[in-house]
Amino acid sequence: MSAEVEETLKRIQTHKGVIGTIVVNAEGIPIRTTLDNSTTVQYAGLLHQLTMKARSTVRDLDPQNDLTFLRIRSKKHEIMVAPDKEYLLIVIQNPSE
Amino acid sequence: ILPKGSTHQTNMLLMSVWSCFFGQDEEDGTETGEGDEWMQGKTLIKPLDQLDLTEAELKEEFTRILTANNPHAPQNIVRYSFKERSYKPISSVDQLAVHFVLEGNLLHQDSDEARRQRAKQGLPEGRLPGLLELLFDQICCFLQEQTFETAVAEKPETPAGKKEQKITNQFNFSERASQTLNNPLRERGCQTEPPPRANFSATANQWEIYDVYLEVLQKQEKNKEKAKAVPKKDDDKGKKKMMLVETQSDDITKVAKVAKIIERMVNQNTFDDIAQDFKYFEDASDEYREQEGTLLPLWKFQYDKAKRLSVTALCWNESYKDLFAVGLGSYDFTKQGRGMLVFYSLKNSTFPEYIYPTTSGILCLDIHKHLPYLVAVGFYDGCVAVYNLKEETLQPIYKSTAKSGKHTDPVWQVKWQKDDMDNNHNFFSVSSDGRVVSWTLVKNELVFTDIIKLSLEGAVSEGPEGVQLPIMACGTSFDFHKQIDYLFLVGTEEGKIHKCSKAYSSQFLETYNAHNMAVDAVKWNHFHTKVFISCSSDWTVKIWDHTIKTPMFTFDLNASVGDVAWSPYSSTVFAAVTTDGKVHTFDLSINKYEAICQQPVVAKKKTKLTHIEFNPVYPIIIVGDDRGYVTSLKLSPNLRKKPKEKKGQELPKGPEVEIAKMEKLLILSRTKKIKTDYKS
Repeated sequence: MSAEVEETLKRIQTHKGVIGTIVVNAEGIPIRTTLDNSTTVQYAGLLHQLTMKARSTVRDLDPQNDLTFLRIRSKKHEIMVAPDKEYLLIVIQNPSE
Repeated sequence: ILPKGSTHQTNMLLMSVWSCFFGQDEEDGTETGEGDEWMQGKTLIKPLDQLDLTEAELKEEFTRILTANNPHAPQNIVRYSFKERSYKPISSVDQLAVHFVLEGNLLHQDSDEARRQRAKQGLPEGRLPGLLELLFDQICCFLQEQTFETAVAEKPETPAGKKEQKITNQFNFSERASQTLNNPLRERGCQTEPPPRANFSATANQWEIYDVYLEVLQKQEKNKEKAKAVPKKDDDKGKKKMMLVETQSDDITKVAKVAKIIERMVNQNTFDDIAQDFKYFEDASDEYREQEGTLLPLWKFQYDKAKRLSVTALCWNESYKDLFAVGLGSYDFTKQGRGMLVFYSLKNSTFPEYIYPTTSGILCLDIHKHLPYLVAVGFYDGCVAVYNLKEETLQPIYKSTAKSGKHTDPVWQVKWQKDDMDNNHNFFSVSSDGRVVSWTLVKNELVFTDIIKLSLEGAVSEGPEGVQLPIMACGTSFDFHKQIDYLFLVGTEEGKIHKCSKAYSSQFLETYNAHNMAVDAVKWNHFHTKVFISCSSDWTVKIWDHTIKTPMFTFDLNASVGDVAWSPYSSTVFAAVTTDGKVHTFDLSINKYEAICQQPVVAKKKTKLTHIEFNPVYPIIIVGDDRGYVTSLKLSPNLRKKPKEKKGQELPKGPEVEIAKMEKLLILSRTKKIKTDYKS
């Protein structure tokens, strides 16, 4: 199981246009990253809060619903966040590359 | 030397002494003369009451002693002594005589009075006030008193502002204080280890409350189940152990689902234009092309480890419209090796969803219509297997073995059937060994039943001991009728198509001399119950009415036809793939003789297309080639034409329309046939 997951993460990291991947645990601490430390910590902290807020919003509107993923497209690149019960996976991709 | 009291007498004595003395020396006339002169100055006058003393008396020496005794001090002081009850004289008498007393006005600077004065004048310690300063201070005080008296009515605050000086007693003031012994203070404390603290914060949202309720509900249900399953203690223990193991497992496995989602998103971004095309693009130029259509290439699916294998089977999943299965193996007799069963999703074209490597090449597969996780697979080595996608293992849940009646030749087609009367799943397979076998999934094993043996008509071979054995035909494809359950068609390597029934195991209902070479595919029409299509390596595609022995339509495609498929949305549209890399799409309602689209879809000309399948929902087709690639293509609008409605009439919908369409064509062609037959 873990080998498959590792492989999937590796594929994502080596995919075209992907700048970095971060895996964050429930407390907002990054447990795996391909970026440098300061950037990682920044991304993890900010996006964790945003995801909590987004999820809270979705569930408030309908408690049977849940957040699947979050895409933030900016001028330079796109940040994709997929939350889980315990973890958060953040991928930064430059789609136009 | 002369005592006080005796002045006059002594003077006389003195005088007499002097005169005696000088009187004797008359000789010293000069000296005495002076003395005389002095003496003549003062001639002694004898007072009348002077004593007359004799000379002897005059020469008498009287000693006078000077003492420190006070002559006026009393010498006979007596005091009363109570002890002896009498007056006693005091031995020692105070001899002090005070002549003069003057009190001075100098103070020692460290004395109390001095300090007091200094304080009064407000001078710092150590500095003695000078005379002028003292005067000045006096004047100031006086003035202050004056001002104080006059100003008291006007400014009552000013006195408060002035230094409140302690009014001290001028005469005899002394400050007195005493201090007791201060005990030294000692601090004693004790600290325990603080309890571990953690920050806790939470929000109480509607959904959190909902979650908690759900949890409680689940727990209740679990408890109920536990209460029921109390006798099964061993299982519970086993489960408990399992639970423990799970919690200790690697954290990263929990990211699996999320990682999958992210991978799809990343792919979506990369292939954004393809996704947009897939969903929205409609070729507008089809309006100008009357009868032609085009195929727009979309995603291309490939798997690294499957590069040397060719696609031998394709199947869409009925429940998950974006999931399809690819069977990989080899058609080449000499290059037989391993195979693979791979599942792709349109959402992720870079990597398969499921991968099952197999020991033998796969030749056919079928996904159960209602249970999307059951896949039946036929191998080159004659085995059949059933995979369960829900299982974690890479092994099939059922596999036929030599004992359990596996085919002795490659299995060319498998197809799921409806559940039998015991509600067991079952599927059929056809193979080159001439048998059509039904396999039933009974508990843990596959039970086979020979449905029919394809025997060559008339051909009989000499077996050992003179027994005549019928030679088996090699079945290469089959298809079951959509509505009539027991009816099915089998195509053989000899080019014949047999219409069979499940009930009759030895006889065919009908035989069609379809092709000159092996029948690669035979498919019933989705709408019209009588029509089926067949294709062969003899370059032809033929459409039949099963009641008529000769084909309705024949199409020559200039190359060996690998596969043909009806479209799920129209009864008159079908597509075929050939070994020259082209996809031929036909719409019989538009053009009965030619393809409306003939398009090469693979880059290299040497690549042969092996299979084609229409997606049941989306207007796309997938095409497999012999290099292991699967290409998806979008059908342009011309290829998806629905019958035009006449003005004023409602557009009829549903399969009836399709059937009617086909029927029309068939009637036309039948009449043509009759005419030609009649002519000939």
